[in-house]
Amino acid sequence: MASMPIAVDRAGKFEKVCGILDLHARRPARLIPILQAIQHEYQYLPEEVLTYVATSLDVPPARVFGVATFYAHFALVPKGKHVIRMCDGTACHVKQSIPVLEALHAKLGTSENCKTTPDMMFTVETVACLGACGLAPVVVIDEQVYGQITPERAVALVDEIKAQEALLQGASANEAGQPSAEASHV
Amino acid sequence: MNTVIQPTLTIDGRTVAIEGERNLLELVRKANIDLPTFCYHSELSVYGACRLCLVQIEGRGIQGACSTPPEPGLKILTTTPEIREIRRISVELLLANHDQSCPTCSRSTNCQLQSLAQRLGVKQVRFKPVHKPVPLDESSPSLVRDPNKCVLCGDCVRMCSEIQGIGAIDFAYRGHEVSVQPAFGKDLGDVECVNCGQCASVCPTGALTPKSEIDQVWNLLADPTKTVIVQIAPAVRVGLGESFGLPPGEITTGRIVAALKFLGFDQIYDTSFAADLTVIEESTEFLERKTKGGTLPMFTSCCPGWVKYAEQYFPELLPNLSTCRSPQAMFGSLVKGMLPDQLKVERKDLKVVAIMPCTAKKFEAQRPEMGVDGDPDVDNVLTTQELAQMIKSAGLIFETLQPESFDMPFGFYTGAGVIFGNSGGVMEAVLRYAAEKVTGKKLEDVEFQQVRGDSGLREASINVNGTELKLAVVHGLRNARVVAEQVRAGTSHYDLIEVMACPGGCIGGAGQPISTSRDSRALRTKGLYNADKMLQLHKSQDNVFITECYTKFLGEIGGEKAHHLLHTSYQSRHRISDESLPLMQSKSDDKVKVSVCLGTNCFLKGSQDVLNGVLRHAEQTGLEGRLDVRAGFCFEKCETGPTVMIDGQHVCGCTAEKAIEVINSRIENDSPAHTNGAESTNPEAE
Repeated sequence: MASMPIAVDRAGKFEKVCGILDLHARRPARLIPILQAIQHEYQYLPEEVLTYVATSLDVPPARVFGVATFYAHFALVPKGKHVIRMCDGTACHVKQSIPVLEALHAKLGTSENCKTTPDMMFTVETVACLGACGLAPVVVIDEQVYGQITPERAVALVDEIKAQEALLQGASANEAGQPSAEASHV
Repeated sequence: MNTVIQPTLTIDGRTVAIEGERNLLELVRKANIDLPTFCYHSELSVYGACRLCLVQIEGRGIQGACSTPPEPGLKILTTTPEIREIRRISVELLLANHDQSCPTCSRSTNCQLQSLAQRLGVKQVRFKPVHKPVPLDESSPSLVRDPNKCVLCGDCVRMCSEIQGIGAIDFAYRGHEVSVQPAFGKDLGDVECVNCGQCASVCPTGALTPKSEIDQVWNLLADPTKTVIVQIAPAVRVGLGESFGLPPGEITTGRIVAALKFLGFDQIYDTSFAADLTVIEESTEFLERKTKGGTLPMFTSCCPGWVKYAEQYFPELLPNLSTCRSPQAMFGSLVKGMLPDQLKVERKDLKVVAIMPCTAKKFEAQRPEMGVDGDPDVDNVLTTQELAQMIKSAGLIFETLQPESFDMPFGFYTGAGVIFGNSGGVMEAVLRYAAEKVTGKKLEDVEFQQVRGDSGLREASINVNGTELKLAVVHGLRNARVVAEQVRAGTSHYDLIEVMACPGGCIGGAGQPISTSRDSRALRTKGLYNADKMLQLHKSQDNVFITECYTKFLGEIGGEKAHHLLHTSYQSRHRISDESLPLMQSKSDDKVKVSVCLGTNCFLKGSQDVLNGVLRHAEQTGLEGRLDVRAGFCFEKCETGPTVMIDGQHVCGCTAEKAIEVINSRIENDSPAHTNGAESTNPEAE
């Protein structure tokens, strides 16, 4: 069941890459917005896609790689479906961000060096400051901000997401042979 | 009053005139003060990163001299206790993260970091390194990259992108993790680097160096079963002396021959002989194209950096490249073809070593087509720097050697062969032949000043027997790109274009000694023109041994044997290895492999629509499980794009309908399809 939707998904994404390049008129000066849009599509910047972008813009691949590695926003390895960003800026750090981070790592089996779960469901990373120091310690899960987070609440949030994912899985299993809910969005 | 007031400023209390200098650093240097710097090169953009050329400007504080424009009335101090301290700490910090294996580093004694530490009196390094050692990158046949010695001055990055227009290396990552590397952390041998080595020639330390083949050559020389032939390129004779403290441009041909004899080479020959041969073959090819309506303009093909560049970036212009091999390759092929019989040795025991001003020649010698049955025509290539090292290692006092002369016949050459080392030299040598050939009259004035000079793009128009020849001479691949793009667009009006990758031509090659003097390139150029003047013969057609070569061995000029031994062919080349993009993958055993070219040419001809059409078709008809679809870059069929490769067959001039038709026929029959437009090619092409 799995291979076909993924293939369609990839092709669809590639068509979008072409669309993104056309939208920016293949102008080298638009490299950063192009990379942002591509990352939005893939959740990260695959090497082959970056090479394609470089060739299309007539910019050396090494330059594209330089830009992609300069900004913390860009990821060159695939991230999980749900990205958990723990703030470890000065305010959050003194307000005990590290125990929250450790609890998340323990819950998901991730670590500083291995940030993503093997099932590609979760990625746990730290950020330097989210600018929400008044709410310290802060964690952002996907686009949602959670202030004054505790290790227990962080673990509970992960459990909530896992429960939702289990529901989704059940739903798609019922529609046998059909593309999953996610792939059909593309 | 009509006297013009000369604007001035003061440097360390002395009045200095401002005469069009672009920045304070140039002005300070004009005042004979050698401000230290890593990142300033007059031909590259100003980067202002190393913070060593600091000066104190009254009323403005401490500023970088390289990035401050001169203004009348400025009062500048180039050395104060504060500036000295800042410079020392900068160098100390660089040393803290530098792999200080100086005694074994090939740049020891001409490393700028080493000499600045000495000059500035840095006696100890108080800081601990924060960098973890990383492995050397020895993947390139021409260069070695040692990131542990990089000081992040960016000279190599700017050289590669600004002068060569390539950008094979760039800064990656950020903050203390910054490093200079090829795209995606790949090895230099796997990316679009053309091996010109100009990065190494501007590197202030040993982070980028020519790859040494000295050990292999010592082994050849020590092997009694081998007959070792050596050829030296024209530019070596005006560069080598610099390694021994002689002034740039001093002609040391006789002493080089003496040194090579001492080192144990069996026969010592001159690549200039092969350059004469190149002139004859290349001029004949050019005149034939000109008179018989062949592909014009014709590009020269002596420079291996340019040839690889053209293969990567201008595959559709490969028919414009002269098919002549470079002099190095012609020499190897000729000598390995002729000498085994004459010397009664087997080809496998005859070894050819080339001494070149060039790092890309190492790559050229390893091209599979430059050899016979896997035995290369040129076995090893040493740079001028490597020869200097061998001479030093043998304990020879080079300056005191008594000159000796080359062996015959391949050591006999004319001035036309010698000037090959200068930008414009190949063009001039060809003109000396072509003018005489076309007019049928003896050419008395052999100097074509119109094609000489140091501008990166020079044009000349020469009237030969009523026919106007339009010529262009370029050096630096960025300039070459400008001209090649005109040719591609059909707006070029030239007949013949000479391209050399390195600034100034071969005399400015990356294999030459790291130059300490700023005008060394101009002096080397002058040296080669002088070497031409000092010879009795200036035209390749006057080289009697070349004539003999044709009558006794090669046959007709441009004939079959000459073509086989002296000419070559080119193939389009991927810039980055493994650059195709998987879009649809199938696990099926009888899957159909489809790869759509999205290279520049095919893209412009609409290959993206073909790809999308194929994907949509697969999606709609439920073929996903049977197809393996990739977006590729260049199948070397640019003239007939868009190109789609289906199960190892190129479908040229492809449309979505045509591709689907071929795919369907592949799926229906298990036997190979013979659809119209499907042209069988070797499956290795991918």
